[in-house]
Amino acid sequence: MASRIVAFNLNGRDVEVMVKPLTTLQTVLREHLHLTATKSGCRQGGCGTCTVLVNGEPMLSCLLPVEDIAGQQVVTLEGITPVEGLHPIQQAFFDNYAIQCGYCSPGMIMIIKALLDRNPNPTRQEVMDAIAGNVCRCTGYESILRAAEDAARRLQSA
Amino acid sequence: MSEVTSAVARDVKKEFHVVGKSVPRRDGVGHVTGKTVYVDDISFPGMLHLKMVRSPIHHGIIRNVDFSAAEKVPGFVRVLTHRDVPKNIYTILCLIGVGPDEEPVLAVDRVLYKGEPIAAIVAETEEAAMEAVSRVRLDLEELPAVFDVEEALKPGAPILKPWGTNYFVYEGHHCRRVRFGDVEKGFAQADYIIEEVYNTSPIEHAPTETTACVAKPEPDGRYTVYTNTQALFFTMDNTALILQVPFSKLHFVGGTVGGGFGGKVDVIVEPIATLAAMKTGCPVKFKYTREEEMRVSSTRSAWRMYFKDGVMKDGRIIARKVISYADSGAYNRHTPYAVTKHAANVAGPYFIPNVYIDAYCVYTNRQPASAMRGFGVTPASFAVECQMDKIAETIGMDPWEIRFINAYRNGDMRPHQKVVEDATLIEVMKAAAELAGHQLPEHLLKMHSWDREKA
Repeated sequence: MASRIVAFNLNGRDVEVMVKPLTTLQTVLREHLHLTATKSGCRQGGCGTCTVLVNGEPMLSCLLPVEDIAGQQVVTLEGITPVEGLHPIQQAFFDNYAIQCGYCSPGMIMIIKALLDRNPNPTRQEVMDAIAGNVCRCTGYESILRAAEDAARRLQSA
Repeated sequence: MSEVTSAVARDVKKEFHVVGKSVPRRDGVGHVTGKTVYVDDISFPGMLHLKMVRSPIHHGIIRNVDFSAAEKVPGFVRVLTHRDVPKNIYTILCLIGVGPDEEPVLAVDRVLYKGEPIAAIVAETEEAAMEAVSRVRLDLEELPAVFDVEEALKPGAPILKPWGTNYFVYEGHHCRRVRFGDVEKGFAQADYIIEEVYNTSPIEHAPTETTACVAKPEPDGRYTVYTNTQALFFTMDNTALILQVPFSKLHFVGGTVGGGFGGKVDVIVEPIATLAAMKTGCPVKFKYTREEEMRVSSTRSAWRMYFKDGVMKDGRIIARKVISYADSGAYNRHTPYAVTKHAANVAGPYFIPNVYIDAYCVYTNRQPASAMRGFGVTPASFAVECQMDKIAETIGMDPWEIRFINAYRNGDMRPHQKVVEDATLIEVMKAAAELAGHQLPEHLLKMHSWDREKA
């Protein structure tokens, strides 16, 4: 089948990509645009490490045909990283050692960003519910929960 | 915390810059910004992709492989078979003297497990490689398969190894053996004989990042291999041996691993990807799918362990006999070494004067097992500590006390002929009891690892 041009807004900039039907947002980000902060863990919606925000909602980019988000707003980890220093959620992950191998971290940070954007003061249970679809195999969940709580405090006092 | 350990902790804080303190992680900023470069984040212009043609059956003879339909897939570049691999039969642990070689990089005339690689297909895109793989026509003759360690050792079981047995041969012996004292004499003297069998299952490491590498030809004739192996030089050496090239031809770049846990110490993707780079002159990426990671990559081996202990009324274990079987799956990988470690540790951290251990490395038609976090020792510890609880229950003794009474001390001879040095078992148990809020009786608190109490 022939390729088509799909336009969307990525991290505040308009982009156009030429894709075959059913090409996923993950493939577009990683292979067409070379934005590799969004990871590829399973390509079947099972691990959460490819989580990005679409119109502020967390989505698994590995299951999302890019045609479906034409004209919409996409934010990846690159989009929340400041030119200098770190976003408060990134700083909280760094300070609380909520990283081990680092492969789940991009998805974890994006899912927590989505949570804190709509619920600035979540309970621990709400954080656990939010990250339920994100797998950390180094089993750093405790420190990830602490980082999320710390990030909420930082964002509220900012 | 006890006074002694608190004092040590205070000293540590005072005198060291790093020990006892939290230090910012060097790779932390890269991890939280997504700027850390993992293997799958690397790509090069003109990079090709490799996918494996895999066995759909557990055990069989390869009659014919027909690539004609695969070759017609747009983007197909070439196929690699066992004939292309300079030293096709290898065993990873040859580097530490384990032999003979027994695992093919690509199957020759037989497959021993479901998912075993038969041929590699290189194509311009991952999709084209997968499409071509799906069009390869395999003509296989299915053979009876065996999936249980004890079934594999019975007469009449399908024999999987060219040397005619389904077990690894340890210096001419059918298993790794430990003999210490006289275990039958110990059983004759014991007040109780306590027997049990323990089983553990295979476990997949399931790292979030799947096994992957990129091999790239360089203008100077060398090959740079970007890999997420946990064992960089081990992998480079095995790759050089398999490809029959000097080590200086290979430059391995690694260290960034998206989860390993032992699952990335086998040398699986690098030799064939490097060979593909040699044969095509292009960079080649070989990345496992999640399905391959789950179904094909090595697991922790499954174990079956038969324990027979002779125990006195006062709680002393005076004899222990263990017959263990590790399920290595179809090939060695790291299991012969796991079994040796197991044999050295399955008597537990206890002083037992009479010990008899037979630990078998057994081949079956399951996917190969290999390293995973304490492999060989972890199942031993599980079985030993379950057995300690069973002993305590059987003779009516406190489970803490049974462990203190039998704990090894400095100077004790272990069954595999190593003298215990720097023992800390008793101290660790005391600290554990304190952390768990368990009050130990006075006579146990008086014990320590560096000397035995005078009876």
